[in-house]
Amino acid sequence: MGNMPFVVSMILVGLGFLALITRRNLIKLAIGISVIEMGVNLFLVSLGYVKGGIAPIYTYAPPGFKEMVFPTPQALTLTAIVIGLATTALMLAFAVVIYRHRGTLDAGKIRELRG
Amino acid sequence: MSVIVRTISRVVAPVALAFGAYVIMHGHLTPGGGFQGGAVVASVVALLVVAFGAERWKKWIKVLLPLEDTAALAFVILAFLGVGATFFRNVLAGSGGLFGAPVPQPGPNPGALNTAGTLPLMNWAVGFKVLAGLGAVVLLLALFGREDG
Amino acid sequence: MKRWLFLAALLVVAGYLISGGVWLHPFGEPARSEMDRFFIENAQKEVAANNVVTSIVFDYRGYDTLGEATVLFAAVVGVALLLRKVKG
Repeated sequence: MGNMPFVVSMILVGLGFLALITRRNLIKLAIGISVIEMGVNLFLVSLGYVKGGIAPIYTYAPPGFKEMVFPTPQALTLTAIVIGLATTALMLAFAVVIYRHRGTLDAGKIRELRG
Repeated sequence: MSVIVRTISRVVAPVALAFGAYVIMHGHLTPGGGFQGGAVVASVVALLVVAFGAERWKKWIKVLLPLEDTAALAFVILAFLGVGATFFRNVLAGSGGLFGAPVPQPGPNPGALNTAGTLPLMNWAVGFKVLAGLGAVVLLLALFGREDG
Repeated sequence: MKRWLFLAALLVVAGYLISGGVWLHPFGEPARSEMDRFFIENAQKEVAANNVVTSIVFDYRGYDTLGEATVLFAAVVGVALLLRKVKG
């Protein structure tokens, strides 16, 4: 049970894949991709955790602290979160435009209407 | 929206703007930074769009999109400041000038705003970039499909 | 029929991921990382910033942030192109 954060982030990734496979609505596909991103971000942050460590910030840090958690996964996760936000905005814009042009959000029907 | 939502958002919006500015300004001292503060300010834009309707803020798109380009340019120029040594060299840190003071003491300390060289300036650039970009995205998504949009 | 095939494949992938999470190193005890130790010990001296994460984002690994800013810029340009007002 000690590895619960890793397992939970992997379950999030699996749930995102499940949404991608079973759902047809474009908005729900975007939600599934966002859930996968969240699972990956959680996994990255929990990889860098050191037991008993404090946040890697020296402002008003407790004077007798032993160690800090690893800062590099947190910095890269920060970058990944912003990129996920940008891709989510782009996906939602595509969904809005497709609904405007085709009148439906169903991925299967959109494919049938092609041409 | 109803008058309750509008009144509450009139109260909340300045406070949230100040909080976003604080998060950006203290990015090199406390948790947070340009991305997070910019996201906070962009959420203020979303709140205003929900409360007052998107039509009222339509002309802000013309301000926000060039602001994002300008902030991106400012970020690259700040990175080019250190090109004498390497790209992204922090030339201002420890120089004694603007943001050039050393930390008050190694280890835990209360923090001083006048430290960290180019980091606060880059925080401001990235903060403006994120708030302009996300605010423009929110406004565009809200305005799309209107007949007069 | 195809959907059941997908679900079976998903079960295999999810089992692989979760077993990987279980058999990873114990939570809270990662391997020693010289890079992170260097950042924690030298960020105050070299960058003069109290926030080690910000000093990594904007100084040590600034190229990552540059690429991220480029991605954000491209996404905003894409949204503005998609949702622009169509004449007529």
